[in-house]
Amino acid sequence: MKLRLTADMLVDEVLERVETLSGQKLRACYQCGRCSAGCPVVEEMDIIPSEVIRLLQLGQVDEVLSSKTIWICASCLQCASRCPKGVEFSSICDALRAIVLRTRLATPKIDADGLTRVMMSDAPQMGVVGALRKLNG
Amino acid sequence: MKIPYYPGCTLHERARDFDDSARECAMALGVELEELPVWTCCGAVYPLVTDSVMDILAGVRNLSYASRLGDKVVTLCSFCYNVLKRCNNVMRDDAEKREKVNLFLRADTESREKIESYTLEDYEGQLEVLHYIEMLRDVVGYDKVASAVTKRLEGLKVAPYYGCMLLRPKKEMKFDDPEQPTIFENLLEVLGCDVVDFPMKTECCGGFQVVNDEELAVSCSQNIVVSALKREADIIVTTCPLCRYNLDRHQERMAERVDGFTSVPVIYFTQLLGVALGIDKEHLDFTDNSVDPINVLAEKSLL
Repeated sequence: MKLRLTADMLVDEVLERVETLSGQKLRACYQCGRCSAGCPVVEEMDIIPSEVIRLLQLGQVDEVLSSKTIWICASCLQCASRCPKGVEFSSICDALRAIVLRTRLATPKIDADGLTRVMMSDAPQMGVVGALRKLNG
Repeated sequence: MKIPYYPGCTLHERARDFDDSARECAMALGVELEELPVWTCCGAVYPLVTDSVMDILAGVRNLSYASRLGDKVVTLCSFCYNVLKRCNNVMRDDAEKREKVNLFLRADTESREKIESYTLEDYEGQLEVLHYIEMLRDVVGYDKVASAVTKRLEGLKVAPYYGCMLLRPKKEMKFDDPEQPTIFENLLEVLGCDVVDFPMKTECCGGFQVVNDEELAVSCSQNIVVSALKREADIIVTTCPLCRYNLDRHQERMAERVDGFTSVPVIYFTQLLGVALGIDKEHLDFTDNSVDPINVLAEKSLL
């Protein structure tokens, strides 16, 4: 993967927004990878949690906003529970989704029309409400 | 003894078995779960973005209703417990959000007065939000539960599955250790079960992701079920309707994916508690399970 880094990329308006919205310090992460190791849905992600944070540290916001990863996180908070630096990756995902939904800098990767009839008639209400709340930024 | 009870939308509809069995067990233990006269869905997911106020309104509205009935509120669903507890923390600790949310509650009351007399009072985070298991331990007492047991579940190997929402984030939920919890095991020991410890007991089942990506949830749930099976569990118990759904409904698919897979029933802990308390199985409602638990319980002469 090629990265072009310039000083102004490291001080980015969107990055500051991620930190404010998530309440997390991106630079606290020292890349130990425990979030990625503990994540139960990491196999489905196109960018693993610790990489997402690294890309943000390097100012690569666009790549992260258009990733599948931020829509796959189920907010189970295993990452937060295991992070030695107290970073909640799930909150960063929530913040990134909120930015996508509020600014349309990327396309939401969730399809409310794709809900199957079986799912709607059999799944617990909490599941349907929870899934659709991902579209609520 | 009456305790205010918030069932939540799922227990009111698709998880009636959870609600019914919990009420029966509470009654057998001398507790009446007093359902809030007015309640709505809590929103199911606690918002993790810091500027969110509207998203906690549903949770707080329910807390405000509950605060009229007593100083505690009990709930069963792990999602409801997570949302109500975290909303309660915000209203107790964050003065700015508290003020904003209370402005919404007042506006709510003004617009509702014409349709119902139930007004919403300002809420300050004064309630103690309890999970049903905490109620059993701290309000009823495990010793009292032990003395009410009429049928000890000897020889039944039970795997307690916690999932995520009861435990995390630890600093807010303060339910138990997020990696090595024991509250569930302690209850099962009181019932005489042979408790099965398994490494995936606090792992995520895939949760609501099942709605958008069923395969993902099957994979997550499969890891949990297979882990319990490796420790020779006869049955898995859970506290969450979505965990129950994911672990129970997908076992045919798991069988296609895993060599030598044997199915294992997944039931709510209140259903198992009911068996130990000698409550008739009709009241415990084992009809919604894809993997029938009756055979396993009957084999151990428990039903």
